[in-house]
Amino acid sequence: MTPGQTSAILDVRGLDAFYGQAQSLFGVSLQIARGEAVALVGRNGAGKSTVMKAIMGLIDRRAQAMTFAGHDIRTRPTHHIARLGLGYVPEERRIFTDLTVAENLEVGRLPARGGRQIWTSTRLYEIFPNLGEMARRSAGHMSGGEQQMLSIARTLMGNPDAVLLDEPSEGLSPLIVEQMGQAIVEMKREGIAVLLSEQNLAFAATVAERALRIETGAITFDGPIEQLMDRIG
Amino acid sequence: MSLSFMIAQFLNGLASASSLFIVASGLTIVFGVTRIVNFAHGSLYMLGAYFAVTLMQPLLDLSRSFPMFLLGLLVAAALTGLVGLCIEVVLLRRVYRAPELLQLLITFGLVLVIEDLVVRIWGPLELLGPRAPGLRGAITIAGSQVPSYDLFLIAMGPLVFGLVWLVLHRTRFGILVRAATQDRDMVAALGVNQSLLFTGALFLGGALAGFGGALQIPRAAASPQMDIAILTDAFVVTVIGGMGSVPGAALAALIIGQLNAFGIALLPKSTLVLVFVLMAGVLIVRPYGLLGRPEPLSLRVAVPEGFTRLMPPTPALWLMCGLVVAALVVLPLLADAYSQKIAIEVLIFALAAFALAFLIGNGGVVSFGHAAYFGIGAYAAGLAVKRLGFGMEAALLLAPLAGAAGAAVFGVFVVRLQGIYLAMLTLAVAQIVYAVAVQWIEVTGGDNGIVGVWPARWAEGRVTYYYLTLGVSVTGIFVLHRMLHAPFGYALRAARDSAVRADAIGLDVGRLRLLAFMIAGAATALAGGLYAFSKGSIDPTLLAIPQSVDFLAMLLIGGIQQIGGALAGAAALHLLRVWALPLGDMWRMVLGLTIIAIVLVSPQGIVGGVAQLVQRQRRARTSS
Ligand SMILES: Nc1ncnc2c1ncn2[C@@H]1O[C@H](COP(=O)(O)OP(=O)(O)OP(=O)(O)O)[C@@H](O)[C@H]1O
Ligand SMILES: [Mg+2]
Repeated sequence: MTPGQTSAILDVRGLDAFYGQAQSLFGVSLQIARGEAVALVGRNGAGKSTVMKAIMGLIDRRAQAMTFAGHDIRTRPTHHIARLGLGYVPEERRIFTDLTVAENLEVGRLPARGGRQIWTSTRLYEIFPNLGEMARRSAGHMSGGEQQMLSIARTLMGNPDAVLLDEPSEGLSPLIVEQMGQAIVEMKREGIAVLLSEQNLAFAATVAERALRIETGAITFDGPIEQLMDRIG
Repeated sequence: MSLSFMIAQFLNGLASASSLFIVASGLTIVFGVTRIVNFAHGSLYMLGAYFAVTLMQPLLDLSRSFPMFLLGLLVAAALTGLVGLCIEVVLLRRVYRAPELLQLLITFGLVLVIEDLVVRIWGPLELLGPRAPGLRGAITIAGSQVPSYDLFLIAMGPLVFGLVWLVLHRTRFGILVRAATQDRDMVAALGVNQSLLFTGALFLGGALAGFGGALQIPRAAASPQMDIAILTDAFVVTVIGGMGSVPGAALAALIIGQLNAFGIALLPKSTLVLVFVLMAGVLIVRPYGLLGRPEPLSLRVAVPEGFTRLMPPTPALWLMCGLVVAALVVLPLLADAYSQKIAIEVLIFALAAFALAFLIGNGGVVSFGHAAYFGIGAYAAGLAVKRLGFGMEAALLLAPLAGAAGAAVFGVFVVRLQGIYLAMLTLAVAQIVYAVAVQWIEVTGGDNGIVGVWPARWAEGRVTYYYLTLGVSVTGIFVLHRMLHAPFGYALRAARDSAVRADAIGLDVGRLRLLAFMIAGAATALAGGLYAFSKGSIDPTLLAIPQSVDFLAMLLIGGIQQIGGALAGAAALHLLRVWALPLGDMWRMVLGLTIIAIVLVSPQGIVGGVAQLVQRQRRARTSS
């Protein structure tokens, strides 16, 4: 199998990250097993989004070790990391509003690694019927919930083995949040590992077993999510 | 105005709109994806024309037919596309993360290199290409003769637009280009290799530029000057249309084509002013052009492009400045006449470059048309002496006033803008001033300029003039430097680093920047005035783009993040130029390669490099 194999598909040790001169992560370590869903919780500005951007190589960072699927990703460019099978759904969704819904999915499409093309636009339109209805329409005209669906669907088009999901429930109606939850369950069923950043602990608990808490750029809790819920009360 | 005349002008306008669109669409696509304004786009256009001139004759010798002519155009376009591709792979790829200023300068370095190569390969004279077989005649439409080739051009515009549209909407490459134009980082996070995308964009952009150039050869001869000429036009079209928007470029090309066609007929010589008014008007109503979008947000934190960690001068620094000034005071006693002349020029450029550093480094206003104010000062002084009978002293007082007035008029428009739009508008302004100087022959003397601008009697001697220049330059630099450490300077830096935050604490950012623009304009014009009297003559090259680039190169060579950078850069660049004088035309190549090398190897410049060395040594000393 892949070199330097560990049981974790994503293994991060001692991650520091910087916005220009300002350091905003301090020695973050986290491991996620194949197919596991882990919640990353913390209040506003704690550093949840920064963890994800740093792993993707979108901001300056350094780490003692950082592997994905056994590959050292510390010096790889962002697109390499994505091609190894690590998907990223940003908090701001970052839909290409000048493109149609179908074109957005096309941007996310990657040739399947290992020949298993699990996610196709047809299947994604089944999971998110709204998207199917507006496939040829401009993505600029979508509601917030629809944009969130499109952002997830776009990332799934790359047939990832793990996905970094940044606050997918933020600002959405309960009905849509439930739909998000179902989509995440569906992803888990296909064996995709998920790192889910959330402020909504109750929602996180419906999909994740384990939780990490981050405070001012450092991990302060790593364990079963119930335990964290008990602590916070 | 007769109907047939109107129709002829209209068709003429359409033909030039077609040509403009084809070139500008390439520029806008490249900018959209790479976020780099490629100054070398005009050079690619020029290469396309030369390739076509060279290829066409042998091809037409094989078979004198229109399809052969078309084939020649396409081959020329493809070759130019390959040149664009090489430019991306060899140069641009290394500077995507660099500050905008460095990106612009490196592509300008390329302009100089390519111009030199073109003269070397094809000679300095114009080259006429063959006419298109089957399209040599004219067709009568509504009573006026329209060249058939113009009709062909009119057809090419929509055709190219359609093809570009198909590529952008019906191919995966095109979809990725459009996505990256909106959000590059997200495209990378989805696993797309941006390098390939950028290489592809440069090929496409280069091919469009080359096609545009090749299309011109039956109408106009290929010449080594056509790169800068088309560049300004293409910039204006992309800025008005919205940078990154292909439909915007089409719309703007149509407007400018008609404006030029009818403008020339109605108000000859005023078309450039019309174009400027249009551009300024559009940018006031829509700061991102007709169909453009605001800069996409990027996750990356921009490197500050100006003075960082500006400290009040230490005693050691004062001592050093004192020593330098003392050395300058005794210099005429040791130097020969030629060196004195060089020293005068260095002092003048130092003042102008310092004013630019004041504007860019401290104010964040990246002016690409600094030569405009230098030239305004020179012309104001020269005209005052020659036409109004002023003395030298009065003329030297008038020069900064003229510079400040010019900066006020243009600054009102300029300071409203940000980033690349601001840089492009300053460049366009400088081109207008240049055009006025060239075209208003009765007043400015046109290309010949003004001769016999001599200093007053008492300042005639070279040594005296040297001390006059030294006094004025040192005083000017000292005053500007004082302003950097005054509340005005702090406020300006605050506005540079975050306009939003500066607004929030109650600073009137627009007024601050306008004031800075005027102060820099005045200081630069003062330098221009000194320059006029030192040379005894003035000509429009003082206002031209290469002079503006010289000033920027001084900042680059000296180091934009250090306050002394502009001064060191002015000296270094001028001495380099003097040293390269025996090389003649090689100068362009030397300067181009110097700029490219500095951007790639040592973007912090001379003073920045020295500062780094000193810091490293100090650190080594404290740690040992
Ligand atoms: N682009 C940026 N430039 C500078 N600092 C930033 C930037 N983005 C975030 N930060 C800082 O980094 C820290 C962590 O921010 P981050 O966005 O990771 O928090 P978060 O946990 O995702 O918060 P939220 O729940 O609001 O999304 C904060 O102090 C924030 O101010
Ligand atoms: Mg966040």
